[in-house]
Amino acid sequence: MNIIVFALLALLAITAVAIARLRELWAAIMFTGIYSFLSASWMMILDAPDVAFTEAAVGAGISTVLMLSTMALTGQGEDIPRKSSWMPILIVVVTGATLVYGTLDMPALGAPDAPVQLYPSPSYVERSVEDMHGLPNVVTALLASYRGYDTLGETTVVLTAGIAVLLILRRDPKEASATEPSAGDEPA
Amino acid sequence: MTLETIAGLYNYWMVIFLMMTGFYIVLARKNLIKSVIGLNIFQTSVFLLYITMGKVNNGTAPIIPPAIVEAQKSAHESHAGAAAGGVAEHGAGVAEHGAGVAEHGAVVAEHGAGAAEAVHAAGDIVYSNPLPSVLMLTAIVVGIATTALALALVVRIREDYGTVDEERILELDRGE
Amino acid sequence: MSRFPIIRIITKLLIPYILLFALYVQFHGDYGPGGGFQAGVIFASALILYGLVFGLEAIQRVAPPRIIEKGMALGVLVYAGTGVLTMSLGGQFLDYSVLEHHVLTQWHVPSGQHLGIFLVELGVGITVASVMTMIFYAFAGRKHAHDT
Repeated sequence: MNIIVFALLALLAITAVAIARLRELWAAIMFTGIYSFLSASWMMILDAPDVAFTEAAVGAGISTVLMLSTMALTGQGEDIPRKSSWMPILIVVVTGATLVYGTLDMPALGAPDAPVQLYPSPSYVERSVEDMHGLPNVVTALLASYRGYDTLGETTVVLTAGIAVLLILRRDPKEASATEPSAGDEPA
Repeated sequence: MTLETIAGLYNYWMVIFLMMTGFYIVLARKNLIKSVIGLNIFQTSVFLLYITMGKVNNGTAPIIPPAIVEAQKSAHESHAGAAAGGVAEHGAGVAEHGAGVAEHGAVVAEHGAGAAEAVHAAGDIVYSNPLPSVLMLTAIVVGIATTALALALVVRIREDYGTVDEERILELDRGE
Repeated sequence: MSRFPIIRIITKLLIPYILLFALYVQFHGDYGPGGGFQAGVIFASALILYGLVFGLEAIQRVAPPRIIEKGMALGVLVYAGTGVLTMSLGGQFLDYSVLEHHVLTQWHVPSGQHLGIFLVELGVGITVASVMTMIFYAFAGRKHAHDT
């Protein structure tokens, strides 16, 4: 078990560094898909099958397609050579060190008495057995029932983002017909 | 720094490493699509941070085994059946159930012994915390929607400026 | 991409199963891992796969943008409508307990909390699938207009 986890974490770290180092956009996007799959596997090990499921479908599926289509629209982008600066590395190392210092006070991984596990009490699992007679998946019950308002808000955010993308990218028919004749003499 | 601390905290350090890699990409890479990729990595590391916190030792996914759910169901019904006799706990609602419960009665009685065992076993199963899962589940889908919005903006920027390089765009803005 | 026979045939074989899997995830989400968010994304990815292989026109004949963009709002409407329904039945907004009914109990028709969760997840699924498909249309359609 531990060997699998460590192999997985090593692969995750390698993939992340590879994405940071790669200059070629296409390869970086493909590595992002792999990265999503690896993190989905880790979520699976951490007992969150629902999230792993979503991450695999969204991160490796939709987001890769969207990035590739963006790349198709914008091109690879010219790689302007510039001298590498130490500033980003410095900022990242300092921030990372601060965060690591912060973790020293964190409860150990998987501790059953960590603050996260103690509130709310009785836990949603226990309450769900009482309230939702017949619904085994606590995550769904929690998502749609206990936190129903929250999920309504999130759905609205998805709708709003979709509308915004359409407003930015979609050409209205008038504009499309106006641009078409100018390119009409090219072979289709 | 004992081995125990390391075993208890390595997950957080991994998450921080991934987070900082994403941060570095955002800071150091000037291609806008590359920046969006960096933000994506940063975002995924936040998901992992939450999921890591929800893990409980020897726990399992928060999905209650069907046997226990069935047991809970029949226990609920048999409890209601007992109440129908006059115990005032469930009151009027139970009276309406009356006839149906009585029919179920025999079945419930058969299940009785098994149900009691199953409910007892339920206490022994440790579940990981479902709350971080729920929060991150919605965050992932909202994340992809906002990523799409960012990419749409990148496409528009490319059309108007002819480049997706941050510094070129700044130069063009300054009129150079 | 439509000129590679292997890709065409494998895609045609896979898409029904992806759609079926999406529906399974949608309607079995109360029992196993899954739910509206995942089902919506999987459903949309089947449509996107079809669009990638056979072209934007082909997929827009199957799922016309005019209908999909209505679906974006319809999902949120179903979700909020469930809340209004529970209010009109005398409960609070999104309090599914008032949806308890005793119709066809032997068929195990969802009732109470189960019915509420079912409706809400359906709304989420419709919105997510429509938004993801519509975003793909926006990007792919842009490319089309750009090329010609």
